[in-house]
Amino acid sequence: MTGNENIAHPEHPMQIRDILSFSTHAATANRGRTLLMLLAMAIAVSSVVVLISLGDSARHYVIDQFATLGTNLLIVLPGRSETTGGPPPLLGETPRDLTLEDAMALTRIRTVRRVSSIIAGSAPVSVGHLERELLVLGSTSELYEIRHLALNQGSFLPPGEPTRAEAVCVIGQKGKKELFGNQPAIGKWLRIGDRRFRVIGVLSPGVSLGEDLGEVVIIPVAAAQALFNRSSLFRVLVESTSSEGMEQTRKAILDTIRVRHEGEDDITVITQDAVLTTFDRIFKALTLSVAGIAAISLVVAGIMIMNVMLVAVSNRRAEIGLLKALGASRRQILGLFLTESTILSSIGAGIGLLLALLGMRLAAFLFPEFPLHLAPWSSTISLGVALITGIIFGVLPARRAADLEPAFALARR
Amino acid sequence: MISLQHIERVFQVGDEEVHALRDVSMTAAGGEYIAIMGPSGSGKSSLLNILGLLDRPDSGSYELDGVKVSELDEKEQARIRRHKIGFVFQFFHLVPRLTAFDNIALPLMLAGMKQDERQERVTAALAAFGLANRAQHRPDQLSGGQRQRVAIARATIMQPSVILADEPTGNLDRNAGIEVVEILEELNHQGITLIIVTHDPELGKRARRQILMVDGRIEDDR
Repeated sequence: MTGNENIAHPEHPMQIRDILSFSTHAATANRGRTLLMLLAMAIAVSSVVVLISLGDSARHYVIDQFATLGTNLLIVLPGRSETTGGPPPLLGETPRDLTLEDAMALTRIRTVRRVSSIIAGSAPVSVGHLERELLVLGSTSELYEIRHLALNQGSFLPPGEPTRAEAVCVIGQKGKKELFGNQPAIGKWLRIGDRRFRVIGVLSPGVSLGEDLGEVVIIPVAAAQALFNRSSLFRVLVESTSSEGMEQTRKAILDTIRVRHEGEDDITVITQDAVLTTFDRIFKALTLSVAGIAAISLVVAGIMIMNVMLVAVSNRRAEIGLLKALGASRRQILGLFLTESTILSSIGAGIGLLLALLGMRLAAFLFPEFPLHLAPWSSTISLGVALITGIIFGVLPARRAADLEPAFALARR
Repeated sequence: MISLQHIERVFQVGDEEVHALRDVSMTAAGGEYIAIMGPSGSGKSSLLNILGLLDRPDSGSYELDGVKVSELDEKEQARIRRHKIGFVFQFFHLVPRLTAFDNIALPLMLAGMKQDERQERVTAALAAFGLANRAQHRPDQLSGGQRQRVAIARATIMQPSVILADEPTGNLDRNAGIEVVEILEELNHQGITLIIVTHDPELGKRARRQILMVDGRIEDDR
């Protein structure tokens, strides 16, 4: 007999379109609760998207900064960053200073095109009674090429022996404006610490290596040594002849310095690639952790969905009983209620995405100097997470609906 | 054909056991018109729930049109409800946010019928029950009699073999009540088994067979 039944009433699943329209109707029938849920989900999704996007924008910003360094750049730092095994030396080991002579020795390496030494420090810079604290960079003429600097007026430090401490300087745009106003600065004298320097050039505004070039003064490295009363260099920038020869150059630099430092490996050589990779890692980790914090709001939104759906189930007991009386199976009820919570969370997520987009647009409008953009994968991820949240937190209410006893659900209240 | 054998149903209320149905046995041939009567709490609604597969007996067997439905699982019972049984309730139980049309179409939708097929059948049903110009009205825009007619249209749209009506006139004024009963009786004339639960003796008398329930037992059956 049962076999005949199956022929008489072939089993069809509900049409997808019907499931969607029934659930959308049900989801939007109660405006108040729908709005609340949408709001919670929208806030959660938009905060996740905005935070991921900010993190991603910051990452791009920093990486772009370092990318302007030039691809063939090696940076030599005094001191060793990695520890080798073995017991600590009995006699205290102080890293030797990286000196101007070390830097000059590097120029003799075959695969090295340019070398520039840097000493950095902060010092009061004054013209007449005007005084500003500026970043003073002691360097050489090669810095101009290595760091792709650009000049607004005048010329850069003259080429020549780095040991010559000529009393000239190149000043950043902002410092020039603060000290000289709109007067021409070329040929004028200014005072750094207790020394006088003649301005020979003004830098174009810009940012390099995370420093605002507007607020630097560049002087010959030997002059900086005298000014700060220190012979050790802060950095040596080395430009290799080709990007393929980077590793070879790195080794040659280590060898050269080891010979000069009595067999000690007491410098660190980093390449732009290494710097970029490190920053990339740091910012990705930061973005992820910030996104993780924002994801808490998704959980809150999920619990809100669950709560609202549970109320919906108890408010619609009679309807659920009716659907069962009309032949809806447990699975069908489960499907209908899950669809309902998923529809709600996706609409909320859609609104949240829109809010995030508008927020980022607004931020980009307010802070045009930062390259703000919506992280391309943030929308996919947050929509996905919103859907999963809707489903996960929809399961409990949907199960409760599906498990209702129809006779009990239909009983007059 | 309906056959109930030794149906028992016990509810646990607090720590007290309530015997809603005690050893209930009955048979009904196809096309019968039966009124189940009795005071409230006598078990008539419990009996209707068992007949409608809305509730499972604790013991006993239930056979409907040759199928031992009491042995089927939840999904198969849902199928039987869908295809064989139509429900009419005292409080209509229309879905308030859906139009008359969509309420009538609900069983077809749950059965997975395509929209254009549905359109045809529901339109015909609306016309048959005098609701053609009410198709797009929601329940709160309909009178009680119209609501119950929508509910009856919904109960019959799957062409069931049995209609179970629980106090179908209980929430209607006299005229609307008579109208609804006449519609149900007309369906019975067409061969559908009609079982009405009521405590209204006047309504009960119209049935060809009356079953009187007292305290969970069938007291009288004539």
